[in-house]
Amino acid sequence: MSRLRLAVLVGVAMLGAAILALPWPGSPPVPGEREVVVRASQYAYAPGVIRVGRMEQVTLVLEAEDMTHGLYVDGYGAKTEAVPGRPGRLRFVADRVGKFPLRCSTVCGPLHPFMLGELIVEPNRPLWRAVALALLLAAGTVAFLAAEPARRAGEGEA
Amino acid sequence: MKPAAAPPPTPTAGWELTRYRPIRALLARRSLNWAAMTAALGGLLLAILAGLLGTAAGSANFGIVFVWIVWWGLLMTLLLPLGGRLWCLVCPIPAAGEWLQRGALVDPPSAGPTPLLQIAPARSAAAAGGGMGRSWPRRWQGIWLQNAGFLAVALFSTVILSRPAVTGGLLLAFLLAALVLAAIFEHRSFCRYVCPVGGFIGLYALISPLELRVRDPLVCQGHRTKDCALGSAAGYGCPWLLTPWSLERNAACGLCGECFRTCPKENVAVRLRWPGRDLLVASAWRLDEAYKACIMLSSAAIYPLVLLGPWGRLKAWANLETLSGFAAYAAAFLLLSLGLLPGLHLALAAVVRRAAGLAGVSLGRLFVALAYPLIPLGLAAWVAFTLAFVFANAAYALPVLSDPFGWGWDLFGTAGVAWRPLLPGWAPRLQALVLLLGLVGSIVAADGVLRRLGDGRRSLAGLAAAALLLTAETIGFLWLYLGALA
Repeated sequence: MSRLRLAVLVGVAMLGAAILALPWPGSPPVPGEREVVVRASQYAYAPGVIRVGRMEQVTLVLEAEDMTHGLYVDGYGAKTEAVPGRPGRLRFVADRVGKFPLRCSTVCGPLHPFMLGELIVEPNRPLWRAVALALLLAAGTVAFLAAEPARRAGEGEA
Repeated sequence: MKPAAAPPPTPTAGWELTRYRPIRALLARRSLNWAAMTAALGGLLLAILAGLLGTAAGSANFGIVFVWIVWWGLLMTLLLPLGGRLWCLVCPIPAAGEWLQRGALVDPPSAGPTPLLQIAPARSAAAAGGGMGRSWPRRWQGIWLQNAGFLAVALFSTVILSRPAVTGGLLLAFLLAALVLAAIFEHRSFCRYVCPVGGFIGLYALISPLELRVRDPLVCQGHRTKDCALGSAAGYGCPWLLTPWSLERNAACGLCGECFRTCPKENVAVRLRWPGRDLLVASAWRLDEAYKACIMLSSAAIYPLVLLGPWGRLKAWANLETLSGFAAYAAAFLLLSLGLLPGLHLALAAVVRRAAGLAGVSLGRLFVALAYPLIPLGLAAWVAFTLAFVFANAAYALPVLSDPFGWGWDLFGTAGVAWRPLLPGWAPRLQALVLLLGLVGSIVAADGVLRRLGDGRRSLAGLAAAALLLTAETIGFLWLYLGALA
């Protein structure tokens, strides 16, 4: 491997490590409480996307509109269940940032596995890190390939 | 003057697995393949029965859970990325037809294959067994039928995934279609030209690290009887209608190993190699595969939008709850798969043609060639979708094992195992990792394709243009899984 390619590899590795390990700028933790009423019916939640700030104390009040539904927050492991007329509640501190699917945890019909919502705990650093890595890897791959001229057709090909 | 014969394919580098006696012994035993296929057939029949007779609750039905979660999960995350067409080695759908054609379950009769069912004399040399043995019509060759079949299944996938009876009916239809076609056409014509799953497995097998090829093509040149293709007393001819001595790509090779068993020269090898070599076989670049690459990439975006997104109305449309809604969904699906995405890549081809100085290459040829770099990213996108789906629903497998029909049984004591997602919180990281690997693979493939077209010359401008579009597509997929969809 040529020195130039090695330099590209090392550069990409260092920048990649920085993207993953260094703290990203973002909004400070949001103290306080947030209560969101989530209405559930076959096969969606309303609102379908819930945005909260990091470190907010979140209470989700699940109201089932047509039948028994559950609500499970991926990544937090919090869950509750509601029947029509009797809401369920779950509380947790949003101490992890990113996107967390909300799933129905009680079989409610044929599309039950696809009854999903989203909890976004901002700032959504995992997304930005992934996008930054994509840009870095794309540029790095092109640079790596460009760092050595291609052989002519038939020359040294396996 | 006779045209010069095509040069034999160059033996590929790689680590030969069949140099090891235990692996040769495994491959030589047709009975192992038969046993695995029979077990899979048992599972398939159970899935069909459960689908047609069992509970309508999909998460409690063997047909839904073991086909669309367990089998699909294993196929997309392990078998296909690591082994290419490894599933085809044990797929039960063509089993009955193949046994009827051969007139035997496992090994051929010592005097040669005896047809159990022969309606008319075989029409082609490759059909050494029962059935009519007709050649597949030339105009239906290629994977256009498979593209159409996949699109049809994909359009109705929400209905299929959520209704056990529909899954059961679909699997039964595949089983019967394979049997009927095996009675009419030679060998694995169903697998080669009709099976909707085989279409994309073959495409993604192009980047598999596993390959089956002849060791030395010159040995084949001197061998007249071509037992690997036509069969002999030692074994059957290639059921995939291939000529192993000129095999250059994984797309149509079902890894059955029949050529390995039949070759009297011991000239067939199974190797591990660098993934992606087959993408650069320029002589095999085809429009039907190019479209397949576009269809698979667009489907990999539509599936998570519909099935994993927060929009109940979109799910209702895809679930055929209203005809007008389904029509709108189907129109959007087809427009994206057959129009917008291919159109975007045609535009890329035009840009690359100018940027890379490839005026001597037609736009159509360039469009086809540049579709192949979509394959690593497309497979990565499907793995990412599968991870989300499987991690969340794999827990249903245990209860369903004990109660496959949802009738209240508890055969193995696992019927009461409660649902919980597998490794919660890990799916997004793995999805991002897989997509980033796919992006790198696609850019490397684009470089290889452009060098093939440019006689080995590298064009930085052309590569940068391709990399830009591939990166944008990757970021789109990252947004699907890690970002807010509304």
